[in-house]
Amino acid sequence: MIDPKHIGALVSRHTVEVEAGRLRFFAKVTGQTDPRYVNVAAALRRGDPALPVPPTFLYCLDMDAPNPRALIELLDIDIGRVLHGEQSFTYHRIAYAGERLQFETRIADIYAKKNGALEFVVCDTHVSNVAAEPVADLRSTIAVRNT
Amino acid sequence: MPSRHYDEIAVGAELPPFTAPPLSRLTLALYAGASGDHNPIHVDIDFAKQAGMPDVFAHGMLSMAYLGRLLTNWVPQEAIRSFAVRFASITHVGDAITCRGTVVGKDDATRTLRIAVNTRNQAGEIKLSGEALVALDT
Repeated sequence: MIDPKHIGALVSRHTVEVEAGRLRFFAKVTGQTDPRYVNVAAALRRGDPALPVPPTFLYCLDMDAPNPRALIELLDIDIGRVLHGEQSFTYHRIAYAGERLQFETRIADIYAKKNGALEFVVCDTHVSNVAAEPVADLRSTIAVRNT
Repeated sequence: MPSRHYDEIAVGAELPPFTAPPLSRLTLALYAGASGDHNPIHVDIDFAKQAGMPDVFAHGMLSMAYLGRLLTNWVPQEAIRSFAVRFASITHVGDAITCRGTVVGKDDATRTLRIAVNTRNQAGEIKLSGEALVALDT
């Protein structure tokens, strides 16, 4: 069983620069052809300062933490038994290529279902710019299979 | 992208659906690189089998990115206030994922639309289901 004493624990805190090339790669892989997301000139024409970070890419930037396995190491979870259960984003504004963003992730909840056959870990990630102005809040629930 | 006007959108309106090409192992490998999600369960069949899975399977967040496209194809991204999904079942290699969205609620006070979204495979099985809140100033 995952010890609920970890509720509230800091998982990771890091700052990452949003890279335009990575956004274009992400767009290509996810089938995004809207010029706003791949062509800087098109983005500038519609008033963006640079390529925008698409809705789910903030989750990827959170994975750029120096140790992307900090959570499973802290809780001693086998990564082969982890499934993504739920994911949510609350947006305060769009982020753009070239920005430096701060990510801080904490454990919000730990609970079990089916007599412990499934355990759940809920993490909250706050995203802000270097001036600590809010950009987005993420909530991620992972499920751990114990059977 | 056409501009959307709050007053012209009725509950029940559907976002234009689309179906992504069947998921290949190459796509999963490229998504691992682009997303930074290097969990081997999505790209290394030996690891997946050791973990008790019959094969590698798709990152849930790849399908959520498709649903993000469904939304930004329909409204400018700045209109999206929140976006949440539940990963209902595993998306497998070979699945052709169809993304759909339906306006299920309107809040006149905040001029906000509630959009239910989901992905299904070629057999019609729901893989992701969720909701987005979209605010339209016009």
